Amino acid sequence: MPSLTDTTQRSATISVLVDNESGVLARVIGLFSGRGYNIDSLTVAPVDAAGRHSRINIVTSGTSMVIEQIKAQLDRLVPVHCVSDLTMEGPHVARELALVKVVGTGEQRVEAMRIADSFRARVVDTTLGSYVFELTGATDKIDAFIELMRDLGLSEVSRSGIAALARGTRVIQASPSLGR
Amino acid sequence: MAAEWTQTGAEILLRALKDQGVEVIFGYPGGAVLPIYDALFQQNAIRHILVRHEQAAVHAAEGYARSTGRVGCVLVTSGPGATNAVTGLLDALMDSVPLVCLTGQVPTHLIGNDAFQEADTTGITRPATKHNYLVKRSEDLARIVHEAFYVASHGRPGPVVIDLPKDIVINKAPYTEPTVQHVSYRPRTEPDAGAIAQAVAMLKQAKRPIIYAGGGVVNAGPEASEALAAFARATGFPITNTLMGLGTFPASDPQFLGMLGMHGTYEANLAMHGCDVMLAVGARFDDRVTGRLNAFSQGSKKIHIDIDGSSINKNVPVDVPIVADAGKALNALLAAWQASDAPADKAALTTWWRQIDVWRGKDSLKFNQDMRPGGIIKPQYAIKRLYEITKARGKETFITTEVGQHQMWAAQHFGFEKPNRWMTSGGLGTMGYGLPAAMGVQLAHPDALVIDIAGEASILMNIQEMGTLAQYRLPVKVFILNNQYMGMVRQWQELLHGSRYSETYSNALPDFIKLAESFHATGMRATSVDELDGVINAMLDCPTAVIADIAVDQAENCFPMIPSGAAHNEMLLGPDHEPSGAGVTDAGMVLV
Repeated sequence: MPSLTDTTQRSATISVLVDNESGVLARVIGLFSGRGYNIDSLTVAPVDAAGRHSRINIVTSGTSMVIEQIKAQLDRLVPVHCVSDLTMEGPHVARELALVKVVGTGEQRVEAMRIADSFRARVVDTTLGSYVFELTGATDKIDAFIELMRDLGLSEVSRSGIAALARGTRVIQASPSLGR
Repeated sequence: MAAEWTQTGAEILLRALKDQGVEVIFGYPGGAVLPIYDALFQQNAIRHILVRHEQAAVHAAEGYARSTGRVGCVLVTSGPGATNAVTGLLDALMDSVPLVCLTGQVPTHLIGNDAFQEADTTGITRPATKHNYLVKRSEDLARIVHEAFYVASHGRPGPVVIDLPKDIVINKAPYTEPTVQHVSYRPRTEPDAGAIAQAVAMLKQAKRPIIYAGGGVVNAGPEASEALAAFARATGFPITNTLMGLGTFPASDPQFLGMLGMHGTYEANLAMHGCDVMLAVGARFDDRVTGRLNAFSQGSKKIHIDIDGSSINKNVPVDVPIVADAGKALNALLAAWQASDAPADKAALTTWWRQIDVWRGKDSLKFNQDMRPGGIIKPQYAIKRLYEITKARGKETFITTEVGQHQMWAAQHFGFEKPNRWMTSGGLGTMGYGLPAAMGVQLAHPDALVIDIAGEASILMNIQEMGTLAQYRLPVKVFILNNQYMGMVRQWQELLHGSRYSETYSNALPDFIKLAESFHATGMRATSVDELDGVINAMLDCPTAVIADIAVDQAENCFPMIPSGAAHNEMLLGPDHEPSGAGVTDAGMVLV
């Protein structure tokens, strides 16, 4: 673990398993805004068959001391089952989905399609003057694609925020969480 | 099945409260809670205390909870009833006081319609509570009440709101027995054995140790204070208390250095600054304690026991974190200390005590009282006499305070030997806390002496509660240190803003004697030092509630003081000491 006195900023992908009850997202978001923490990305959805638990994935940034504090603050919320710092706890995969609308004709339109192919983006809607590409991948891949589209008629972007899981057999479960 | 349910939601609610051991509930009726008041009317198990303002209901429940260790209970109506309670809720959150606050709500089908007296209570109170609930189904009502009491009292205690739509308390509902286990909230209370061993190894090698104990020790129950005293005596270490921790270690014990922090003693703050091993128990390294963070006890290894993991490494990085109940951790530390063969450095400890005694010799709390007849009463002297006279009388005594200079003087000059005897608004600093809190304490301890040490400005913030004292014949004593200023703000204006006393003069004050009399209480006044003891004795002898208006030196300031942005070794001592040369920096001026 990096030293708590280290003042360099790091990014952290944190997964939180919560009871799927009303107000739980407001609690998490209120915690971040009330204490002045950053939210770079946030996704939430029920993840078990019964719909009892939701998984919230948060990408945040701060010094080690701040990120440890964010985890401790999340962990003491009553409906929170467990908090997992995917960035610190070993390798993980993080993906997001983007829909990217590109408007244009002629050579620009052809070039957009060519780049989309190389990024393995799919066309999910097309007209004579536009494409909507669907792209999944790590955040930096999507950033790169959007950057390239900027000169080729980029008109609108919708991104999902990241979903993330630890690699390998490691799982996070709604088991009793200690140490809050 | 709804057809088989025989009791209304209101009846189920009261049954659940009774099963949770509630005997007293502080509240104020209104439209949304009428069915609950109707059910209260028809039973005798729970006593309702009618306050005069919902904020006071919450503070009264805080006083009740803090003086008994039990969960305080509040009942208010929707809309303004709930919003008036918010200050009290946040006060309880900051000071870790276990409360359950029931708020009325418009019926479920009207929620979100801007109905009469509707407020988004769960939204408004979310950052002011440990947790809150909106009951949407009758089936959930009893379970939620039981859960709320569990959450309020387990882990780091705090306030919990249950928002009750009117239809939920009118409709029939089923009862469920109190639950034992919460599905997701299971705070850790047992200390990690490895961390205890590491802590003891560190403490055995300490040359300049200090124990810094806070309100968490009070919340862990009287056994925790006993464990603290046992550990301190076994080790011979010096010990200091935070404002919230006063009473966890006997003030009369020679190992006690007094309170630390912004208005703490010279010896406590310099010992914190110069220590090599610090044992923090149930304290949270609050900015009023640490002073300038980058100068806070730089040379020490720190061990931190707290039941709330988020309090550890929040402001100050520590070397040995121990997430646990304070009492359990202290008992584990004591057992490990006694079992360890490693010798403690007794010679170094003796040298350390010699140093501390030099600091003590400064007598940083000293003041000069003119004892000639007609002499102006020093506020410190008034507290000192109040302490000495109540102590001599030997009656169980509880002290509450408002917020400001009088609060700090009370903390400095009133000695507490036991926990749960001192109720003050520490974290939020809520003026108007003391009178309603004293009400709650007196209800829990009808035969005890309960004194609200107040300022003339703070007391007016919840003065309407004199009516509640009269209605329930609560003989609370209000001891006002009247300097005709919002003294602490005035002190900062003097220190930081060129003595421009912007809006801090207490203009157009009431005649407190007549005010007391109009509320069926007894009023008395002391204006010079020769009158002081007589007034204190008359106050203590009086069978009714009393307002004692003590005219004190208007110019007196509260010292010692660590100015904002300064370090522990840059304390300002009072005018009776030689100048220390410390001042307030530009960076310090922006701090509060």
